[in-house]
Amino acid sequence: MEKNSNILNRLDWLTVLLWGTMMIMGWLNIYAAVYNEEYTSIFDMSQRYGKQLLFIVAALILAIFVLVTDNKLYYFFAWFIYGIFIFLLVLVLLIGNEINGAKAWFELGPFGLQPSEFAKVATGLALASYLNSKRQAIGFRTMLSATSIIMAPVLLIALQPDMGSVITYFAFFIVLFREGMSIYVFISALLAVVLFLLTLIFGTVPVALGLIILSFAALWIFIRNLQVLMALGVMAGAGALSYLIGHYLFGAGVDVVIVAAVMLSGAVYAWYLYRYRLKMALIIYTFLLGGILFLFTVDYAFNEILKPHQQTRINILLGMEDDPYGTGYNLNQSLISIGSGGFAGKGYLNGTQTKFKFVPEQSTDFIFCTVGEEWGFIGSVVVIGLFVVLLLRLVMLAERQRTTFVRAYGYGVFALFLVHFFVNIGMTIGVMPVIGIPIPFFSYGGSSLWGFTILLFVFLRLDAGRAEYLG
Amino acid sequence: MKDRYANRKYFIMALAIAAAAILIIRLFYIQIIDKTYRTSAANNVLRHITQYPARGLVYDRNGELIVYNQAAYDLLVVPVQTSAFDTARFIEILGIDMKDFRDRMKAAVSYSRRAPSVFMKMISSEAYGLLQEELYRFPGFYVQARTLRKYTKPVAAHLLGYVGEVDDKLIAQDSYYKSGDYIGVSGIEKSYEEQLRGRKGVNIFMVDVHNNIKGSYADGRFDTTSVPGKNLWSTIDLSLQEYGESLMRNKTGSIVAIEPSSGEILALVSSPSYDPSLLVGRVRSSNFNRLQADTIKPLFDRALMASYPPGSTFKIMNGLIGLEEGVIRPSTLFGCSMGYHAGSLTVGCHSHDSPLDLPGAVTNSCNAWFCNAFRSILENKEYNSVQEAYDRWREYLVAFGFGNKLGIDLPNELSGFIPARSYYDRYYGKDRWKALTVISLAIGQGEIGATPLQMANMATVIANRGSFYIPHIVKKIGEVGGPSSVFAQKYTTGISPENFEPIIEGMEGAVNGGPGATARGARLDSIIICGKTGTAQNPHGKDHSIFVAFAPKDNPQIAIAVYVENAGFGSTFAAPIASLMIEEYLTGKIKRKYLEDYVLKVVITPDGKEQ
Ligand SMILES: [Zn+2]
Repeated sequence: MEKNSNILNRLDWLTVLLWGTMMIMGWLNIYAAVYNEEYTSIFDMSQRYGKQLLFIVAALILAIFVLVTDNKLYYFFAWFIYGIFIFLLVLVLLIGNEINGAKAWFELGPFGLQPSEFAKVATGLALASYLNSKRQAIGFRTMLSATSIIMAPVLLIALQPDMGSVITYFAFFIVLFREGMSIYVFISALLAVVLFLLTLIFGTVPVALGLIILSFAALWIFIRNLQVLMALGVMAGAGALSYLIGHYLFGAGVDVVIVAAVMLSGAVYAWYLYRYRLKMALIIYTFLLGGILFLFTVDYAFNEILKPHQQTRINILLGMEDDPYGTGYNLNQSLISIGSGGFAGKGYLNGTQTKFKFVPEQSTDFIFCTVGEEWGFIGSVVVIGLFVVLLLRLVMLAERQRTTFVRAYGYGVFALFLVHFFVNIGMTIGVMPVIGIPIPFFSYGGSSLWGFTILLFVFLRLDAGRAEYLG
Repeated sequence: MKDRYANRKYFIMALAIAAAAILIIRLFYIQIIDKTYRTSAANNVLRHITQYPARGLVYDRNGELIVYNQAAYDLLVVPVQTSAFDTARFIEILGIDMKDFRDRMKAAVSYSRRAPSVFMKMISSEAYGLLQEELYRFPGFYVQARTLRKYTKPVAAHLLGYVGEVDDKLIAQDSYYKSGDYIGVSGIEKSYEEQLRGRKGVNIFMVDVHNNIKGSYADGRFDTTSVPGKNLWSTIDLSLQEYGESLMRNKTGSIVAIEPSSGEILALVSSPSYDPSLLVGRVRSSNFNRLQADTIKPLFDRALMASYPPGSTFKIMNGLIGLEEGVIRPSTLFGCSMGYHAGSLTVGCHSHDSPLDLPGAVTNSCNAWFCNAFRSILENKEYNSVQEAYDRWREYLVAFGFGNKLGIDLPNELSGFIPARSYYDRYYGKDRWKALTVISLAIGQGEIGATPLQMANMATVIANRGSFYIPHIVKKIGEVGGPSSVFAQKYTTGISPENFEPIIEGMEGAVNGGPGATARGARLDSIIICGKTGTAQNPHGKDHSIFVAFAPKDNPQIAIAVYVENAGFGSTFAAPIASLMIEEYLTGKIKRKYLEDYVLKVVITPDGKEQ
């Protein structure tokens, strides 16, 4: 008993308050999204808002349950929990229910449970535990092992296939970054994401050329000497030569020729730079080469790996393919409803767009449409503001930990919330592809609400016990 | 504890703030700067009107129109936009009573007050005309155009199939379809749904409180145009199809006619049939229930979905396989004393000349000859066991398209049945059976089953002397598109062309020969028809009459299989019907009016009575 009151004293109530506020706002918006004058009682259990209220009550119980658990449990059983969820992810592939083309659900009576939502907690714990065991800076080997901890659930979820969830797992690289992953690797990854989007807009070849020009500009800024100019000449010459040979002798396509040109001229260039010991130029060149290789990989992945409807979703976002009544229609409807909200919004329950059922999935992935339409710019900023406060608070809490384990786990929570928050709102307003992932605490659905709640409260529990010795 | 990377928290916090900033800037743009998303007046509402594209038309092989569209109109309502109006006038226009009106209104409201729902489907064109003029009096109501199928002739119902409303399960699977949309449910309508349906569009209008359309929303920026469906050119010869259906009227069975050189299906008749326009529009569901409850099963497509033992027509297969395996020669003679006798086993035969060679045996359809031949095939010393020889025999049949779906471009094709070796192993014990155990296969009886389509394909292979293309029903999609490339792939059967000649000679004799010929009723003076009769044993009643044929003998233009259920011997009805079909297709007119009248007049009931 003393221990429990101890927890209440040490619990970060600000975070709990944010959590509660968001859940209630989410619930009110779900009510507005599926509002029908025939069933006006907000407690009507046949409606989604009624069910969401049940989910919220269950989330409360879950939160309390997590808080009264011994915090050492999460530390000592991190790998065990991870193992269980890997097993469940395998199991769902074998006996799961298929909904919307993905084998992601266990059917439990009237409810479906998505193990991928909970596996995030397990992955966060396992990753934190692993990083905690490494006292020194993250080297290549550590990085590799940590990556495989993240990739095991990713691969299983990709088999479902649920690409939305897969993307969220990449958030864990923020944890690795905080714990000492090479800044070059991290920046490369960030650049890769930006390049990916740019490629989809402009095509592979223009972005590759842009990268080349950018690299030379960077070279010039950093080095400013004659050797660079000479090197440029050599590279341009070698590139042009290999282009001509490739194009006229072998009839290779432009793509192949560019790669060949960069590689060949790069070899010449690298040797040249090595002689004159220009380290910065080498780094820039490595980025350039990596960038171009990445571009062609993306191109391949996009065309060969993504399913047609996913390709279309990304294409629509970038205005590349006009597919009416498919995904472009959804984005249009979403934009119309949010845009029509204006500065102050149409007022609670007065939204028309969302209630016309024009916006699909309006209580789950597109719940932000209701916020934007009925609460306007002001309401949207408030919601975004709540998330920013929560995110920054999580960083603060993570930073006050004494163990790598809790800190790394805390950053995992931060990173997942950041990605869900940004991608979800981003997709409703057209800055992100339409990827079906929920927004924490707002979207309708038990699995996601409980998953996020457990994720958050495990951290709050660990934080409350930070005075105790762990690991 | 040293933490060299503590400074990175600033970078990470900056990431979160940058993410929020991007979202807020974008929201600022679409919610405050960009005015296109706001309706000009606060009380204007947006109305999304789906543009349903016209479904593709279907033509026959000669460019004759078979299926086209007629306009239909659904009346929709948005309950929240309605206000007091002249309901008396309204129900008068629609021709419904007050109770009906209230029920429909209640249903719409319970779906949603704010979302549109269909108030009345497929209103009459008079009602549409009146409503168009007076729509301003009925705020909240509007009309949406749809298209319905229409048929130039009441034929080809099974192969054309019909269009129905999508069900919830499909809506969940395929995001293209929304509640109330139409989709091909059977026939060509189903197998070519994606080509026929085109692509829906949507126009968004602003509507004021008086139900007046104030114009396109945001200058049509969010509108999408519909794309009409592609037209299809079927391989069917519509007049031949029509003629085949008239010949089969009052009989049960099917006709499949194929152009041998291409695998294009010229006619695909299943009888009894129904008028395809019965399954269109408001009457569809009541008619469908009636047709489905009908004991003569008019919805059942016998040409693709009925499997019968092929009977004596199957002797052709055993003759071909025996020749190819080298166990018989065209000149091989077997005697027949009213049947085949081996120990206690007897397979009866009718009286005819004896002994016969292969062509003679085909002409006379001698059971004894083919029992001997079949035994030679299975007891071939080239193989270690009867079972191994059986496997080889089965391989030939599979190469002809038996035992598997042929892969026609229509749904619900049946695969038929050619037992695998394991089937008999299970029945008699592993390798415990002999040629005599399965001797009924020699004359096409026993466990085997084949669809009329497969039998027509067999006739095609014989006409082509050893090869075929997968039978198909569509030859052109849109103005330029061809059918799937699988239909351009030539399949060979592993039987040498010269081995077909003695069989064809026998089939020629069966139709055109002297005494003993089994199908003289099919003879045509001007064209050499080669054919083979068959009788499928029917445990439930009178046997089924079968005839397979092709014509002319050289450079064949048509291969055909005809099934008439409960009609007895193949020569009785199936052969004359096939002959008339061939005459109609090759000459364009029927000279043998007496034969035509005879066939047209006959009514064959399922208990085999002729009237
Ligand atoms: Zn005989």
